[in-house]
Amino acid sequence: MKEVINPVVTEEREWRKQQRKGRMKAALTISSPLMLLVLWEFLSQSGLIDSRFFPPPTQIVSTFTSLLTSGELFSHMGISLFRILAGFLLGVIPGIIIGLCMGLYAPIRHFVSPLIMALMPIPTLALLPLILIVFGIGETSKIVTIAGSVFFPVVINTVAGVITIDSIYIDVAKNYGASQKDFFLKIALPGALPVMLEGIQMGQAIALLTIVAAEMMGAQSGIGYLIWTSYSAFLLKEMFVGLILISFFGYLFSLLIRALQRKLLPWR
Amino acid sequence: MTNLERTPKIRIQDLTKVFYKKQDSMTALDNISIDIADGEFVCIVGPSGCGKTTLLRILAGLENQSAGTFSIAKSSEERPLQSMVFQERGILPWLTVEENVAFGLNMRHLPASIVKERTHYFLNKVGLSKFARMYPKELSGGMKQRVSIARAFANDPEILLMDEPFGALDEQNKYILQEELLSIWSETKKTVLFITHSIDEALFLSDRILLMSSQPGKILKEIKMDLPHPRKVIDIRSNPSMAEKFLDIWSHLQEEVQESRK
Repeated sequence: MKEVINPVVTEEREWRKQQRKGRMKAALTISSPLMLLVLWEFLSQSGLIDSRFFPPPTQIVSTFTSLLTSGELFSHMGISLFRILAGFLLGVIPGIIIGLCMGLYAPIRHFVSPLIMALMPIPTLALLPLILIVFGIGETSKIVTIAGSVFFPVVINTVAGVITIDSIYIDVAKNYGASQKDFFLKIALPGALPVMLEGIQMGQAIALLTIVAAEMMGAQSGIGYLIWTSYSAFLLKEMFVGLILISFFGYLFSLLIRALQRKLLPWR
Repeated sequence: MTNLERTPKIRIQDLTKVFYKKQDSMTALDNISIDIADGEFVCIVGPSGCGKTTLLRILAGLENQSAGTFSIAKSSEERPLQSMVFQERGILPWLTVEENVAFGLNMRHLPASIVKERTHYFLNKVGLSKFARMYPKELSGGMKQRVSIARAFANDPEILLMDEPFGALDEQNKYILQEELLSIWSETKKTVLFITHSIDEALFLSDRILLMSSQPGKILKEIKMDLPHPRKVIDIRSNPSMAEKFLDIWSHLQEEVQESRK
């Protein structure tokens, strides 16, 4: 007797298998950080690793809540976020404007790009002493440091975004008689936006790296300051709280920029 | 009156284009002269690299000729001189279907009511009304070229230039779009200069076929097509005189291609 096979049932079984696989992958993604934490807790509690250097995660969490309730953490977070945001904007906005000008006008590009190429490899942090001399030890110097390191990936990606716009779109604009202003708004800006946003995503990551180092070197507040002073005073639980905050903000910011990309690029 | 009717819509006189590169020059177009009447559908057929696209790009204002002149007769002040239907990828991916069709009209800053009316008219003509708010990434290749055609017709130019618009489509879609193009064309009576490497396509679409040679690009031969409109792919396929014309064109082009391979 030949077995009667129902094709829909076969495919349904296949579909369920795919669904199970999907859930499995999601579970795997969550499990690795959890396993690390559990392992850390166990090693630290059992004394296999030195709990003075690696305090167990549960203790870090309780330190976190006590720092949170005392309000100390909020003031550090607030000031760091302010510096990141201000420095980020101060780097991104000129980066976009200069990048678009360079991308659209070849003479400007050829004139400005050697300066950018020469300045880009110098880490902004290496310039921190100079920045402190020029802008003093106040907020401005930290904001300028962040702006300086955010600026380069944004400007370079914006230029790349404009000059890699497919030439056929430029022909279309020309053939349909687009004015300078229309060309800028309807072709150059939307055409460059995807690569530009990649640059902003990169800038965001660099802003976080820079803020911590800048606050370690010349600040009396902020997450970087918290990490550095806690370390100096051997308060390692507090130091870990700072490190985890940085990791959390990094994740949060990249989620925000991904959301921005989806919002701005519905056509991708 | 008769005199006025005889004035060609497009007059190309002794047009020459030379590409120059470090003491080495290549003549892409050599003294091309063509007259095209108002409302005529003319196909230029030639092997790739024969300069047919260069000719179209000069007429489209995207490139400058090295010598010679061309003129397009103006019938009204408001009309743009020409609009081009580009090869695949010619529609802007960041604009919706509707915005793409309205592109030329918006670039001319026409009143919103006119833009809307014409956009919708031509969206409907190419059967894309349902897709008006979608982005091109959601469309098939054939639908994208429909958008491109609607954009050009909606702009209501004096003449239409088409640069192998169906080159990348599969054969079935190609036939469907060719018929659709002819139906819109016969309604609007636009003058069309259409470039293709497909002999079948030229036979089906045109009132007149110009055969082009390569390096230097010259017009080799002119073939009048006297089939009545509206045309159907089936009519062309079943017409025995078409086979003769096909062979005639093929023998000319074959020589050309062989020649350029030497």
